[in-house]
Amino acid sequence: MVQTEATIRGNNSAPKLCAEHLGVVFDRDGQALPVLEDINLDVEDSEFVCLVGPSGCGKSTLLNAMAGFLSPTSGSVRIDGEIVTGPDPRRILVFQERGVFPWLTVEGNIGFGLSKLTHAERSQRIAHYVKTVRLEGFENSYPSDLSGGMKQRLQVARALAVNPDILFLDEPFGALDSITRVIMRGELLRIWQTERRTIIFVTHDIDEAVQLADRVVVLSSRPAQIKEVLTIDMAHPRNISSPRYLELRDELLKQIGLAYEI
Amino acid sequence: MKFIERLRPVLLVAALVAIWEIAVDLHPGYILPGPIGVAGGIIDLIQHGLLLKYVVASLFRVTWGFALAAFVAIPLGLALGWYRRGEMAVSPLVQIFRPISPLAWIPIAILWFGVGDLAAIFLIFVGCFFPLLLTAMNAVHNIPAVYINAGRNFGLSPSAFVTRVLYPAVIPQLLVGLRITLGVAWLVVVAAEMISVSSGLGFLIVDARNAGNRYDLVIAGMVIIGLIGLLLDLGMRSLEQIKSFRWINSEG
Repeated sequence: MVQTEATIRGNNSAPKLCAEHLGVVFDRDGQALPVLEDINLDVEDSEFVCLVGPSGCGKSTLLNAMAGFLSPTSGSVRIDGEIVTGPDPRRILVFQERGVFPWLTVEGNIGFGLSKLTHAERSQRIAHYVKTVRLEGFENSYPSDLSGGMKQRLQVARALAVNPDILFLDEPFGALDSITRVIMRGELLRIWQTERRTIIFVTHDIDEAVQLADRVVVLSSRPAQIKEVLTIDMAHPRNISSPRYLELRDELLKQIGLAYEI
Repeated sequence: MKFIERLRPVLLVAALVAIWEIAVDLHPGYILPGPIGVAGGIIDLIQHGLLLKYVVASLFRVTWGFALAAFVAIPLGLALGWYRRGEMAVSPLVQIFRPISPLAWIPIAILWFGVGDLAAIFLIFVGCFFPLLLTAMNAVHNIPAVYINAGRNFGLSPSAFVTRVLYPAVIPQLLVGLRITLGVAWLVVVAAEMISVSSGLGFLIVDARNAGNRYDLVIAGMVIIGLIGLLLDLGMRSLEQIKSFRWINSEG
């Protein structure tokens, strides 16, 4: 079976998500361009996994294939044992930018996926997630009146509101300034600890990965293969100047092939 | 401050009208009636009950031609924009029809519909149809992929996808297209009325010249056409200001 470190973790329950020999080949002007090659990865229920790798290596492609937006050329992705064939409200992808609907208010965006609920349930759910992402007072604002960080929180709220099993986040804080990014990490961890979902998080930020993830999956440059899976054995909250943190961070930098010094 | 800013264009118009009157008074020959003469012409039209009648007649034709074109061209354009293969099939045909001036259709319009409202409405329809079709097709192309993917992610049915993602996403661009096309409709109606009907502001201009060189009425007709065009444009612009419609301007 799968020979990555991921499966060697001693866990008897079936994995939440399981990528098997996943390969994606793009067609660029008639030329085959392999992007992903033989990706094997198991993700446990309510685990927080970060995907890191050099830019353009295919991290987002992998995420899109797992979320069902892209059909793999070979291999498959299974979620709860079921082969993924397309996007599904049980797993929501959060985009880097412009993911919220600008024609809807904060409430409208959070309630976007809730049209099947009764009016009362819907407004209750909206109120809950407005509070969760701390957008109280902005219920009737349009995204154009929100800051970048608030828009990303809104996107996370819209995703959480439909009660998904898995959240896929595609560099969700990549377009934010560095201070907002740090605050947003804290917010995401706080939400993850109370709402407990499986999170698969693409980032090119090493610190972000070490601060957030249970495990960090390091991808090679294109065609991407899994180079290493690093378990971050630190409890939250993590001290980012502790020796263990720095050690893991260095290990990750080494795996990606970056020097220690600039 | 706000008041002064609003006053500025009014003052400019007043100054130009004053210059116009002075220039006409100073000039010996008769090339153009002055603003006072034109105002007299407008009062004349009001007194004969013609102004309202002609304005209503023109607006009636514009409304029908424009609305019919919008109802046919927009859904068709959205569908073609979404299904690229359909668009590729139709595109050459559209590109051939589009550069033909709606006025070139006047003989055909009279042949098919006779002299009357229908011919004028048909001409406006033709003039509006292709710009609106292209606007709708382009609007679909310009929808950011994230909106489409986000819509797909939440498991919407095809009809819900159209009403809750596709339609709101194209609205800002459609409104711009509709505003420009309404201007086209207003241009076409005047030309159509000069030839194919016996009422309306276009007819007024031709009739005033033919029936006794009443150039004061010609200019009066032009002024009214301009003013109504301005009001139509302001009306469409105010639609663009609605918050859930106007996002395209505010979203980087």
